Amino acid sequence: MTEQGLGRRDFLKGAVVGGAAAATPSLGESAQAQPQATTEATATGYAFLNFVEAAFVEALVDHMVPADELSPKGTDIGINIYIDRALAGSWGKGERLYMQGPWRLGVPSQGYQLPLTPAQLYRAGIEATNAHCRKSYGKTFDLLSESQREEVLAALSSGKLAFENGLPARVFWTTLYQTVMEGMFSDPIHGGNREKAGWKLIGFPGAIAVNRENVQKFRDKKFPVDPVGIADMS
Amino acid sequence: MVTRLKEVDVVVVGLGWTGGILGKELAEAGLKVVALERGAMRTSDNDYSLPNIRDELRYVVRHDLMQNTARDTLTIRNNPSQEALPMRRLGSFLPGEVVGGSGVHWSGHTWRWTDMEFKVRSQYEERYGKNFIPADMTIQDWGITYAELEPYYDKFERVAAVSGKAGNLRGQIQPGGNPFEAPRANEYPLPPLTTILASEMFAAAAKSSGYHPFPRPAANASRAYTNPDGAKFGACQYCGYCQRFGCEANAKGSPHITVIPLAMSNPNFELRTYSWVTKVIKDSDGKRVSGVSYTNLLNGEELEQPAGMVLLCAYAINNVHLMLLSGIGQPYDPVAQTGVIGKNYCYQTGTGATLFFQGRRFNPFMSAGGSNVTMDDYNINWEFDRGPHGFIGGYNVAAGFNTALPIGYRPVPSGTPQWGKAWKKATAEWYQTAMNIGASGAVMANRYNCYDLDPTYRNALGQPLMRMTFDYKANEHKMGQHAAKVVNDIARSMNPTHLNPAVARTQPWTVVPYQSTHNTGGTIMGTSPRESAVNKYLQSWDCHNLFVVGANVFPHNASYNPTGPVGALAYWTADAIKNRYVKNPAPLVPA
Repeated sequence: MTEQGLGRRDFLKGAVVGGAAAATPSLGESAQAQPQATTEATATGYAFLNFVEAAFVEALVDHMVPADELSPKGTDIGINIYIDRALAGSWGKGERLYMQGPWRLGVPSQGYQLPLTPAQLYRAGIEATNAHCRKSYGKTFDLLSESQREEVLAALSSGKLAFENGLPARVFWTTLYQTVMEGMFSDPIHGGNREKAGWKLIGFPGAIAVNRENVQKFRDKKFPVDPVGIADMS
Repeated sequence: MVTRLKEVDVVVVGLGWTGGILGKELAEAGLKVVALERGAMRTSDNDYSLPNIRDELRYVVRHDLMQNTARDTLTIRNNPSQEALPMRRLGSFLPGEVVGGSGVHWSGHTWRWTDMEFKVRSQYEERYGKNFIPADMTIQDWGITYAELEPYYDKFERVAAVSGKAGNLRGQIQPGGNPFEAPRANEYPLPPLTTILASEMFAAAAKSSGYHPFPRPAANASRAYTNPDGAKFGACQYCGYCQRFGCEANAKGSPHITVIPLAMSNPNFELRTYSWVTKVIKDSDGKRVSGVSYTNLLNGEELEQPAGMVLLCAYAINNVHLMLLSGIGQPYDPVAQTGVIGKNYCYQTGTGATLFFQGRRFNPFMSAGGSNVTMDDYNINWEFDRGPHGFIGGYNVAAGFNTALPIGYRPVPSGTPQWGKAWKKATAEWYQTAMNIGASGAVMANRYNCYDLDPTYRNALGQPLMRMTFDYKANEHKMGQHAAKVVNDIARSMNPTHLNPAVARTQPWTVVPYQSTHNTGGTIMGTSPRESAVNKYLQSWDCHNLFVVGANVFPHNASYNPTGPVGALAYWTADAIKNRYVKNPAPLVPA
């Protein structure tokens, strides 16, 4: 793989992201009637991820959250943007994380024990996963076929994959998986869950204020969902 | 250079439920009180309001109201042969760290612990003989009785706006309530919360299996309410954002809307936030304490606050930590079984089943913190014969929803892929059509489950972290097997489309995921200084002007949530201080 190849790939990818954003699937009536509040977090472009990492994350979220009749694909929901902002922000930089040594891996019951902030873990984990992909398939993760990507994620998630550089693959996977879910289901002010696609998927109403009457009125009945986010109420 | 401040009557360390109750009561009794709180001031109007409070990522995932583990945490291990490592971020339990403490983000489940707990050793020995209690199970009687505590439970329930239905009024069993509860002098201050479909379906199934389900008592005001102190509550909105959140409706009984503002309106009371207490200072005679040392987190300055009386009212774990850091009382040694500080750390255990019902709509996002139905047939029911099952204590079984928000709660049948189209389809199908039945079980004290100071790791101020050694023992495993069977039998009787059955826990305790913020013990109460750190008034046996208030005084942990007895004991201690100790500052119980 050459530098040139990377550059061209990312140029094309950028075009696809732009095109996808323009072709966002039609919204529900109410969403069209209420213009979305635009925030910095929902803008495209990356604050943390480099080209290789961005390609990895975009391929990952589109594989894990593929487009179908239930929702747009991961990048169209902004899961990649959520992840980028989370890694660029205070959480990614290790806020609230105890970072004093000595460092030992310990036993699984002792939880996270790596000398890495989430951003550092992501960076090292993508590098190690791509190294595994290059070794097994001759290409980085983002260039793999769907079935090859599926194999890689299955190996990562089941603990069958051991990285050669010593980074515990399961720890990386846990963080990866959690952040994809956060990007799909957290409030859109954080950059993901665009058009509340994650909430619409499951019928979650969002930042709804009051259910005092609804709790009886909709007992065992479908609650008409038109999710509301923090930006809609601000 | 330490700045020595002017002496006050009382210094309160930590301002949550217990600090708020004691601060208010003692300021009203005319004592000059200073409260030192490590966290920041937060209010309902400014912080817990719509829409910003409805942020699962910020409050649930990122722990906005919780202790900051970057600067203070504990080290953890399952047994003494392991090397303890720091809990580098929160997981299994979530101590609060703002004005109001964990009383801001709790769900409000408010129970009355009974003589089933307070007389645990004597009752089991009497019924089953001394050999029924394993040699390493260090349970002991608490030295207090339900009858003594009853008026204080009542007081706390009225202050915190507990909604519920009495099951036993002065000995008369009441329909609709918990028939196993101990006698109450009064009905709950508010009627039960509206039940939800999941809890109704569970209640019907439990009833037809011969059990006795009842609405869980919770400090979620079922209608607008003014408490006896004049604090005003709104009605619960069943918003679905309860646990981990402050309540925008002021419907959740919390110290920051009740006792704390009342204390703060009293000129005898002063609050200093960003004040991290590092040590309780022992007086030269060793029989009293003279105040506390603390660091102003806004400039790093070290200060000394002299006081006639010190009340430790931080989170249960942090109270024990301060005792160990201050060298008050003899540290517990699990091998020699000597000492008391750090003894009998306990937690809780549990198991649960997820039931999937095609065609039902549970609307899991419409719930109060406490809109559960619970049964105590295997909990405080002494008729239940533990003999054949070989365990001590019990578990409650409950169903309903509490904060079923989508980053954390997306039930799918076992075997569903974790991503991709099939995962999406299952997630969409089952989010609203699944419900849980859960069992929450007691943990009996064990000689090896304890705290001490870590030899290696330090906090942001350079002090040793506390080390927690904990694992589940045979008693919990036997109880878990019993509970899983009961839960699964009820679940199967409901004929779900799919069932993810309850499985008894066999693995060691782990620091992830979240389990419960019900950490107990470490400075336990009792009848003698040989076996306990504090007497029945939560007064230190070593230094009589030091009181250690919180679940850290529980000699073991029950299946119930701990805030009921924590609040009741705070009022009980306040009365003992106001009515007796102030007049005659001396040990309230002879050693």
